[in-house]
This record gives sequence, structure tokens and C-alpha cells, in this order.
Amino acid sequence: MDEREPGARTYLGVPLYRPKVAFFEFTSCEGCQLQVLNKEDTLLDFLSLVEVVNFREAMTEQSDDYEIAFVEGSITRDDDVKRLKKIRKNAKVLVALGSCACFGGVNQLKNRFKDLNFVKTEVYGRHPIDSGPVRTLEEIVKVDLKIYGCPVKKEEVEKIVLHIAIGKSIVFPKYPVCMECKRNENICLFELGEPCLGPVTRAGCDSWCPDNRAGCWGCRGPADDPNLDQMKKIMLEKGFSEETLLDRLECFGGFSSLMKKGNVNEKDL
Amino acid sequence: MKKTCNVDIRRLSRVEGHGNIRIKIKNGKLMEARWEVVETPRFFEAILKGKKWDNAPWITGRICGICSIGHTLTSIRAVENAFGIIPDEQTKKLRLILKHMETLQSHTLHLSFLVLPDFMKTGSVFPLIKSHEDVVLRAARIKKLANDICDCVGGRRMHPTRTVVGGFTMLPEKEELRGFGERLKKIVEDLMLVAELVRGFSLPDFVRETEFVSLKGDGDYPFIGGDLVSSDGVRMREEDYKKMTNEYMTEQSTSKWCRLSRESFAVGALARLNNNFEFLHPAAREVAGSFGLTPVNHNPFMNNIAQLVECVHVVKESTRLIDELLDSELKDSRQKVIARSGIGVAAVEVPIGILYHSYEFDDDGRIVKSDCVIPTGQNHANIQLDLEGIAKEYAARGKTDMELELLAAMLVRAYDPCISCSVH
Repeated sequence: MDEREPGARTYLGVPLYRPKVAFFEFTSCEGCQLQVLNKEDTLLDFLSLVEVVNFREAMTEQSDDYEIAFVEGSITRDDDVKRLKKIRKNAKVLVALGSCACFGGVNQLKNRFKDLNFVKTEVYGRHPIDSGPVRTLEEIVKVDLKIYGCPVKKEEVEKIVLHIAIGKSIVFPKYPVCMECKRNENICLFELGEPCLGPVTRAGCDSWCPDNRAGCWGCRGPADDPNLDQMKKIMLEKGFSEETLLDRLECFGGFSSLMKKGNVNEKDL
Repeated sequence: MKKTCNVDIRRLSRVEGHGNIRIKIKNGKLMEARWEVVETPRFFEAILKGKKWDNAPWITGRICGICSIGHTLTSIRAVENAFGIIPDEQTKKLRLILKHMETLQSHTLHLSFLVLPDFMKTGSVFPLIKSHEDVVLRAARIKKLANDICDCVGGRRMHPTRTVVGGFTMLPEKEELRGFGERLKKIVEDLMLVAELVRGFSLPDFVRETEFVSLKGDGDYPFIGGDLVSSDGVRMREEDYKKMTNEYMTEQSTSKWCRLSRESFAVGALARLNNNFEFLHPAAREVAGSFGLTPVNHNPFMNNIAQLVECVHVVKESTRLIDELLDSELKDSRQKVIARSGIGVAAVEVPIGILYHSYEFDDDGRIVKSDCVIPTGQNHANIQLDLEGIAKEYAARGKTDMELELLAAMLVRAYDPCISCSVH
């Protein structure tokens, strides 16, 4: 039997269940879906594990019959609310794929302005444009699972899909990126003169940015009990401004619940 | 003979982002042909307002999941131009390799994963894994090599980490580069097999004369910075990009549209090739010749072939660049950044076409005003006119709904549109 036939795969001798999965995108760069196609080594293995029935960026066929929906992007328009609710109704498991879906991602930076009309005029002038504040998926529907990151890591997506397929529970790290960074034997970025949110950001990316000597911008949101006061103290001690800290904390929206609501008065700019 | 047709495609598949195609033909007469962009905007230009310069490449790279390297490099160049930073030769070469490998991965994704199913009469690449395993594995091999090099040089294939204003946070090891050089030499054979496969397809012979806009090479096939040129004879400096793009709003699109000498113009691989044919690597020119592709070609479907030609070009050029880097000493050359007030503009050829970023900074390096003009935004008006043209032609010939639907979808796909990017 062909290895890629449905149901032909086994795990510890038990035939694996091959779930029907669908991919959808809202306001986003569609990069997280692309990440799924982007790891060529394991692409065929991944496709044998699941049956893809919806993936507009890659396939023309569509179906409402799916169990797992991977949803990328944030929500900014009423027609998208409707579409998301329909997906929720069809799916047994709804997975928020990437930081835009989980936290609003870079898109939510527009929410920091007091006046959303200013945001529209800055880009479109007087031309009318339909767009509301950026919302996360969870603000609209129940989300069963969140895969963090901008972009998501394919390894993590694969692990989660495998766990769903074999019915194993999914545990995300609660510790910060610093733990992974130390394990990867990096020189601390503060020693190299770079600001970094590694001490307060949830791990799981295997210190992707710090491994490349780029400081963390917190795209996966906060680790458990993040000590933001201490984070601020370190940043200031190392000669970085509060503005630099804020830029990073607010970049992907993961820390928004822990911060004062960003109220930038556009008139001050 | 069916003389009445109704095509209504909502959220066209196998393209990046959300666009609709509507065509109505009644008694052989075209009533309506519309290319609609319904993508939700993200307002990047507003988001950047008040942000410090170092946010720009990090945030704007997120405009696009396919050409995030292109956006990052364009943003970096705009900031460097504003602050008077001139990258050294080593940095320029590494950036160009990154750029080339993004082109290779993006073109391959487009040709082999998004376009190929149309010619193989499937809805996606997935069934081809079984029926044409060698074809899919070959494409995956090419894409993997391009992505592996991006991981190494840029830190990450998507939303790169090592690329910063002033240079790179980290450099590749010579051993790594040597390995990639070897793999690049071998991948040419795979590309030739892709060419052989594509040669077996008959592209629609639709032709509509238009204007092509791209960078103008100065001895080289152009990718990063330089003069802007159009096939209608317009030539401008990079800083004058606004006069080259002339953005305007239309009610059928959340993306801005552009025009220059005519109602529309085209950017992308075909535009680059039409305007810079003489600078292509001889091996790439040979592939172009084998498809009868010579400048100025006005068949939009030939953009697929132009992409294939560019794949050969960027592989050959990257091999040369890697050899040059191996012959030199790789040194940490990251420059210190001193912010100052001013305006910086950058024009970069990303896979889909020419991309512009422009930032105005205050004395502290905070963004006062920013502007991004996206390749697909420049192509929308041209897509609209092509769609009208092709629908008109086929209305007379009496095609079925299915035939016209496929043809219209293939036309839009040929532009490799990055729709969410165009709205940004």
C-alpha cells in the first residue's frame, strides 16, 4: 500500500487518523500559511498526515467538510466576522495561526491611535474605506488552540497537527525565550549592545531571532508571569530608552493586556 | 456556440490575497469585465507614523509573506538613503544573493505550485505529488535551495532577521557559502528540466500592447536601486518614483492603482526582461530564445516564461557572487547608524515587480511620513484592461463559462499578484 494513502500511516503500530484540514486567511500577509508549504523537507510527510480540503492560496477546490481549521490573520471588517463565524461552525477545532490571529500582529499597531479616521485619511485621503479596529479571532469566536509567532515555525505546526492526529495533549512552553537562547549557547544580546525582549517573551521559537543576533520583539507574546518592571530596568540600565521598549512590546500585540492602552494622540505627531 | 457567458469568481485561488473576477457576455457582446480587489487594508503608512527608523524594516517586511526579504531590503535602502549610509561591496553582494534567492523561491512557488496545475488540469499541486512526483520533487528541491540560502544569509526565509540598516547582524560561514555554490551549480540541470516541461504547454496567444516599467540596468540586469525606465521611453531617477507611479483610487479596489503614459502599465519579470534583455546572463537569454521570448513582448502570459528565464539568471549570478565572496575575506562590516532628518527613497525589483518605499524622518529619526508603492498595485489597472481585452476577444469566439473562467483566472495568475501586499 502506498505510504501516502489515507490511513496507511501508523504510530506505535496503531493506524493514524487522517483529519480533514482547512486553511483560511483574514487580514494578514498570508505568510504563516506559506510557512506550511515552506519546509520542503517534510512537506510530503505533512501532507500525508492530513487531508487538505481548503487552502485557497494553493488550491482551487473548496469544501465545508473539515475538522481542523487553521485561521490566519486578524479581523477588521464585518463581512470577515461573518466568514469567521461560519468557519467556527464548520470546524471541530479552530486553530489561530500566527500572531495576527492570536494578538492582532503588526496590524493592531493602528489601534494605538485615538482616532481611527486619522489612520484612514493618512493612507486613503478622502476616499471612503471600510475598516474597523483590529480584533483578534478570540474576540469574535472561541479559539481552541493558538500557534504563536510572526511567522509561525513549521516545526511547531507539524508537532501540533501530529498531536491532534494521535490525540495527544499539546503543551506550550511557559518559560521565556532566554531559556532557549542560553541552551543554544548564544552571547546575550544585551552584551552585544542590542535590545531584546527574550526575558519576558514566551519560548517555543527556539530563540529564532537571538540565534541570528537580532533582539527579540516579543512576537509570541508574554511568558508566564513576565516581570515587565525588571525588563524595563534592564533596558534602561543598558542604555535603551523607554520608547525602544514600548516599540517592541507593542509591535505584535502579545503584551497589550499587560500594558496601558496605547493612546497615541495623532495630533502630537 | 455559446454566446452568453457569466463568470463570477470570488476570492480567486492560487494567488496571494483576495480578488474577484466578474465577466458578463450577452449575445456575443461584452457587458462587463471587472478585476476587483476586496482585500482588507492594514494601513502600514499610518502604523509607521511616529515610529523610530529601526522599526521600519522590521514592520514593513511584514507587508508580504512572499517577498518579505524584498520589502525588508527596500526599507533598509530607503533608511540608508535618508541617513547617507552607503553599503560596502560585501554587504551589497550578500544582499543581492538574498534578493536573488527570494526571486528563485517566489518564481518557483508561482510556476510550479500555483500555475502548473492549470496546465496539468488539476485544482492544485497536491494530486500531482502522486501523478508527477518527479516534477513536484524537482520544484521542491529548487525552492528548498533558495530558501536554505535565505535562511543562511538573511537568518530566516520569511521575515528575515540578520538584515539591518547598516549591514548584517551576522555573516555566513565560508564553508556554508561553498556548499551553496556547489548546490547552485547542480540546480541548473533541474531548471532546464522545468523549462522542458513548460515548453510542452501552449500558452494563450493573447496580445495587448502596453507600457512596461522597471529599473534600468547600468551594465547589469537591475535589482537594487538605480534609474526607472518605461518601454514608452520615460526615464526618471529613483527619487522621482511618484511621477513614475501616479497612484489613484478607484471604487472597485481597496488597493490604489497606477498609470504613466497610458491608461495602465505593467511591472514584473516580463517588464524587467523587456527593458533589460541585453543584461541577462547568456544562459538565461538562451532559455528566453528557446521560447521565442524577445523584447518587447506584449503577451501577459509570457510573464511566466520571463520568470523561468530570471530563475536561470539569478542562479548563474548567485554562483558568481558566491565565488567572489569566497575569494575575499569575509569581515564584519556593519556600519553605525546616525539618524538625521531627511527623505529617503528606494526602488527595488522584488519578484512581482518594482517596489518603492519612501520615508521622511525628523531630527531624531522618527518617521514623519511614509509611502510604499507595491508592484501588484501598479499592475491592477493593466490586469483590468487585459481582462477586458481577453473577454472581448473570447466573447466573439463563443467560449463556455468554464473555458472563459479558466482563461481569466490564468490571466490574473500570470501576473503572480500579491494582493494583500498591494493593499497593505
